Amino acid sequence: MRRVAIVGASLAGLSAARALRAQGFDGKLVIVGDESRRPYDRPPLSKGFLVGDVAEADLALESDDDDLDADWLLGSPASRLDVACGAIELADGTRISADGVVLATGSRARRWPGGDQLAGVHVVRTVDDALALREDLRAGARLVVIGAGFVGAEVASTARTLGLEVTVVEAAPTPLAVQLGEQLGAVVSSAHTANGTTLICGVTVAGLTGEHRSLRAGVGPDRVTGVDLVDGRHLPADVVVVGIGGIPNVDWLHGSGLNLGNGVLCGAGGETTIPNVVAVGDCAAWHDEAHGVAHRVEHWTGAFERPATAVATLLAGGSHHGGAVRAPYFWSDQYGTRIQFAGATRDGDEVTVEEGSCDDRCFLAAYRRDDRLVAVLAVDQPRSFARWRRQLATAPARV
Amino acid sequence: MIDICPLADLPPGEALRVATDPPIAVFHTEDGEVFAIDDTCSHQDASLADGWVEGCEVECPLHASRFDLRTGAVDAPPAKLPVRAHVVAVEDGLIRVELSTAKPNLPPDIRARLSGGASR
Repeated sequence: MRRVAIVGASLAGLSAARALRAQGFDGKLVIVGDESRRPYDRPPLSKGFLVGDVAEADLALESDDDDLDADWLLGSPASRLDVACGAIELADGTRISADGVVLATGSRARRWPGGDQLAGVHVVRTVDDALALREDLRAGARLVVIGAGFVGAEVASTARTLGLEVTVVEAAPTPLAVQLGEQLGAVVSSAHTANGTTLICGVTVAGLTGEHRSLRAGVGPDRVTGVDLVDGRHLPADVVVVGIGGIPNVDWLHGSGLNLGNGVLCGAGGETTIPNVVAVGDCAAWHDEAHGVAHRVEHWTGAFERPATAVATLLAGGSHHGGAVRAPYFWSDQYGTRIQFAGATRDGDEVTVEEGSCDDRCFLAAYRRDDRLVAVLAVDQPRSFARWRRQLATAPARV
Repeated sequence: MIDICPLADLPPGEALRVATDPPIAVFHTEDGEVFAIDDTCSHQDASLADGWVEGCEVECPLHASRFDLRTGAVDAPPAKLPVRAHVVAVEDGLIRVELSTAKPNLPPDIRARLSGGASR
């Protein structure tokens, strides 16, 4: 393999580039990114960067020690993968030839239909998204967050510190139930109410309301005025943040011969149906041997760790010989507390609080299935969490 | 030199966060060595005393950056900058630390907080 193209220049793409060099690849390396920025860290976009504590330069993922010897083609997305010719086409017409490809195109924020036509409606995925939202987060303004997932909860928390009136609307009866289970999803999301955020669950949003620009002074697009709920309620809003998940950036791969579902469907080591193509990060759905299905893991740590496995697969000609990947791990900082979770839970798991107490929102909880530890949740218990997470790593879940 | 605690109070495998300014972390490794480095990860606000120690390395409990306990150097990203290492002496059964006079590499969120940043 002499020429490898990495399509995607965020955490997964950069991690793949580092892994290629670390694993001895000394050929030509091309990194393609749709954004014009060098790789940057996204988690602070809903927290420290949004509030202004973390500067854009601080988000840089590369260090002075990185010596990747790569060609960076930034600012134009890939538009076509032609496997037969070993070619990648970019939207600006650039054509790259490569005999190895790492797909790391990530995901994009799911938007509210019509929301793009209204000023004051935001998603948080890129630096530009966060900069635009920051402009709108003025003390005293009314913010409605659609979706009580991690991005939504973090934005709500940040907005409270900035003095906004915040309402979070969640379609599910309990926020974070998919990730943490019903019981602890309720405990973790109780932080909203405790910190002055109004939390409305089990109601879906019917639509956004806007004010036509002709009714306002000046020019510009229509501006959002509120959120209609299906139960008839209207929530007045000056700012709306849509936090309803991500969509994998795989549209450009239709017709490539790759197996596409909710992401690029991969084996347990990132291998695709094409031997010299692997996929990593948010765009990739790796086969999960513990659960018998392929699914995307949209966490920072997955984008950080898994590329080393995928690159080993790529350099081995498309076959995966390594062991199982580490259990998924994510963290979230909300309202001054740190939430950490590792593993995977589902309905019916036995949940026990091992340390601390839910009432204080400072605890460590273990999830077990058939007496086997399958997941760990910690709220403000980082030291215990580090130890429990190690136990999880040595006790892989099996169905 | 500042007095930390009797060596007997910090068993091998344990770490202690000391509320100096900025805080430091003192580690007693399984091999019986005692090290002191800055407690706050240079990447983002996390206490390295809560981290996982293996050999002469500590892994940050938040994002798994690894630092060399002897030098404070970054052994694994995402951290980009080293933490300071401090001179440790065990005298008459007491752990004592000479704080480095180098400038600490505090993470951006902490730097902003200390300087009365936008969120405060």
